[in-house]
Amino acid sequence: MQSKPIALTILDVVSIVVLGISTYLALVFAPTEAVMGDVQRVFYFHIGTAWVGLLGFVVAAVAGIVYLVTKDLKWDRFEVAAVEVSTMFFFLTIVLGSIWARPAWNTWWTWDPRLTTAAITELIYIAYFMLRQGIDDPEKRARFGAVYTLLGGLSAPITFMVIRLFRTIHPVVIGSQSAEAQGGFSMSSDMKVAFFFALFAFTIIFVDLMWHRIRLGALQEKVEQLKLKMSN
Amino acid sequence: MFLETIPDTSRYMLAGYIISFLTMGLYVASLYIRNRNLRQDEQLLEDLERDGKK
Repeated sequence: MQSKPIALTILDVVSIVVLGISTYLALVFAPTEAVMGDVQRVFYFHIGTAWVGLLGFVVAAVAGIVYLVTKDLKWDRFEVAAVEVSTMFFFLTIVLGSIWARPAWNTWWTWDPRLTTAAITELIYIAYFMLRQGIDDPEKRARFGAVYTLLGGLSAPITFMVIRLFRTIHPVVIGSQSAEAQGGFSMSSDMKVAFFFALFAFTIIFVDLMWHRIRLGALQEKVEQLKLKMSN
Repeated sequence: MFLETIPDTSRYMLAGYIISFLTMGLYVASLYIRNRNLRQDEQLLEDLERDGKK
């Protein structure tokens, strides 16, 4: 295992700084929304985590395709890292959405198309880890993971598009929304600053965490090989 | 009568941010612990391999 690259250390520091700035912009800089009050401030992290969550699932699907073509296990490590980090962020998206829904919709949860597809997406990727653990052969495990993430990756665009295609109470940030949408608001220029910075900050944090997870996967593989060598 | 005051929903906001930082913190801690455990395993296995060669 190589020592930690300096670029990764720099990325760690940058991640902490941008997370701090994003929190400041969301909690202090952005104005309070007039109808919903302070709870609307969770919107910035809700969207930031949703963006990297869905992005990671697509990245994992692409890594799966590359693995199937090249059969290089580094792409399996890349895929696992993308799925793990995205599952964590997407879990946060769902929790933050639920917290926002309580005062906005007067309920913690409703089986709205967006909430349903988001929950299914999260469950697909939780199942991914459970199913992978049942396969001992690394190549078989990687092949299974590649096909699974390729099919599972379809849930990301479906989750993104569902509020644009069906009647739903979930508001749409960009584009036209359903007439039934509740909890929507028009963004002021200061809100837009906090919004776009949150997207940028979570992208940086996502890359940083993925890099760490890829390195962890490489170390895991090395230990597995050492164990195999010892047992022979 | 129209709604004139902004509703106080700050405790929901606070809960959201606490959960966000807690979740991200727990994930970072899990990465650190798994890395530390694997490094210990790696060291042990390398020592065993070296001893076996002697």
